[in-house]
Amino acid sequence: MTPSLTLKQLTKTFAGFTALNAVSLTIAPGERVALLGHNGAGKSTMMKIILGLIPYDSGEIHVTGAAPGSTTARANTAYLPENVAFHPALTGLEQIRYYLALRGENPAKAMDLLDRVGLTHAAKRRIGTYSKGMRQRVGLAQSLIGHPKLLVLDEPTSGLDPVSRRDFYTLLDGLAADGASILLSSHALTEVEARTDRILILSKGNLVAEGSLPDLRRRAALPVALHITPQADKADVVLAALPEATPKDGGLHILCPQEAKLPMLTRITALGALIADLDVLPPSLEDIYSHFSKRDGQ
Amino acid sequence: MNRILATAAAEFRIGFRNRWVAIAMAMMVLFSMVLSAAGSAPSGALGADRLSVTVASLTSLSVYLVPLVALLMSFDAVAGEVERGTLPLLLTYPVSRGEVLVGKLLAHLAILALAIIAGYGVAAVAAIAVDPNATAGLPALWRLVWSSLLLGATFLGTGYAISALSRRPSGAAGLAIALWLVLIVLFDLGLLAAVVADNGGRFTTDVFPYALLANPADAFRLYNLVASDATAAAAGVSGAANTIPAWQSLLSIALWPLAALALAIVAFKKVTP
Repeated sequence: MTPSLTLKQLTKTFAGFTALNAVSLTIAPGERVALLGHNGAGKSTMMKIILGLIPYDSGEIHVTGAAPGSTTARANTAYLPENVAFHPALTGLEQIRYYLALRGENPAKAMDLLDRVGLTHAAKRRIGTYSKGMRQRVGLAQSLIGHPKLLVLDEPTSGLDPVSRRDFYTLLDGLAADGASILLSSHALTEVEARTDRILILSKGNLVAEGSLPDLRRRAALPVALHITPQADKADVVLAALPEATPKDGGLHILCPQEAKLPMLTRITALGALIADLDVLPPSLEDIYSHFSKRDGQ
Repeated sequence: MNRILATAAAEFRIGFRNRWVAIAMAMMVLFSMVLSAAGSAPSGALGADRLSVTVASLTSLSVYLVPLVALLMSFDAVAGEVERGTLPLLLTYPVSRGEVLVGKLLAHLAILALAIIAGYGVAAVAAIAVDPNATAGLPALWRLVWSSLLLGATFLGTGYAISALSRRPSGAAGLAIALWLVLIVLFDLGLLAAVVADNGGRFTTDVFPYALLANPADAFRLYNLVASDATAAAAGVSGAANTIPAWQSLLSIALWPLAALALAIVAFKKVTP
């Protein structure tokens, strides 16, 4: 099967500044991929190149087997820009009808699309009166037009409340199950954690990490934190038994590598009644993200 | 074709909501009415029917007003999309930039046609109401209508080109007004000064006619005056009008819209969203 997207050694510079440095990746049909990075890491640039909006310097790129920006590629690709905007004088319904016509679809499907993103009630109001979240939903509705093989979504959940965000990911799951590939960008790992198959981390134009969340967690090999609450008045005894612990937040804190976790737990539980409580804190998603995105000398 | 029509429909709706339809129609009707009222005195003496005289006056009016309305409608076409941030999304759709511009052109031409028909219609009704023989001028009026649309198309296309080149609405607006001043006002003044200074020399005989043909507004005026019986009723370029055959000015006003559109498409293709 043709990959939905193939990038080989893709490089782009703007007046001496390297926006993308030899980035290679492949996205298979039905795959949901999250692109993470700080502002200016190259996420939007990469997306605009994939869409054929801006040229690239070197490397190779195939969008559903075609050149980016070609009629075939555009017919197969849907895009949701960051801070999507529409003409304020048109209503949501008119705008979606227009986009349907541009894709050669029946404009009568517009109401159904607006219904899917929960905008039925405002369909006949001018977009100029919409809130940011509502404009974002119009943007989502237009990205669902036809059956795109590749959806390129630039920070799609910005401006959405947590409930809408969950609805949005449910919508994406349905699309991916139908075989659509999804490339979405975000600057927060917490937002995409369980809803994507693969995570790419861009830092200063370099692809610094790629893999599923468990993969990245294992590769980052960040230490696990153990927080021990000793019984009242027993802190000194426990500290003597666990010299690597440091007092913190009214308890004792231990950082230990992944592989040392179980032996350490054995030692702690051996202290028996001296211990009131024990919490195991795995590295947070933000810790993992920072680990990869800062590795390039930040 | 569907994509062009869909673009035209959306643009027409936007033009309607932004009051462009109302503004353009009001401008044309108002000026036509003033012209009809002011031009009511000197008719009979010329031996022409009332409507032909009105058409001659309307020609002079349209040379100023049609390009102005066209430029006002078009300067925002590309620059406005860039500023609103709507262009990147539009360009990821399977629609070519040429199709987008042609769609906008159709919508803006339709608005212009409404304004022209309303304005000229008022003047024609006024002329026919006073002079029963005025129906003799109907062919001249019809000629004025379609040639005004060609003139409008030229300046719409030029407006799109300006819009694409300047990329900011404010810059585009400034350029559009400057272009209007140069082509419509200063160009004629410059030619007049050159002809006076030349005093019947080679410039007047060899260069001047082509200079007139090269300017779409002058070609429009020439064509309508040559083709009309009421040439004598109009001042200005009427003398020159007699030495240039009608087919040449017609060719100029027919080719200019195509050239302007081609220029606009080339300029739009250079815009990186």
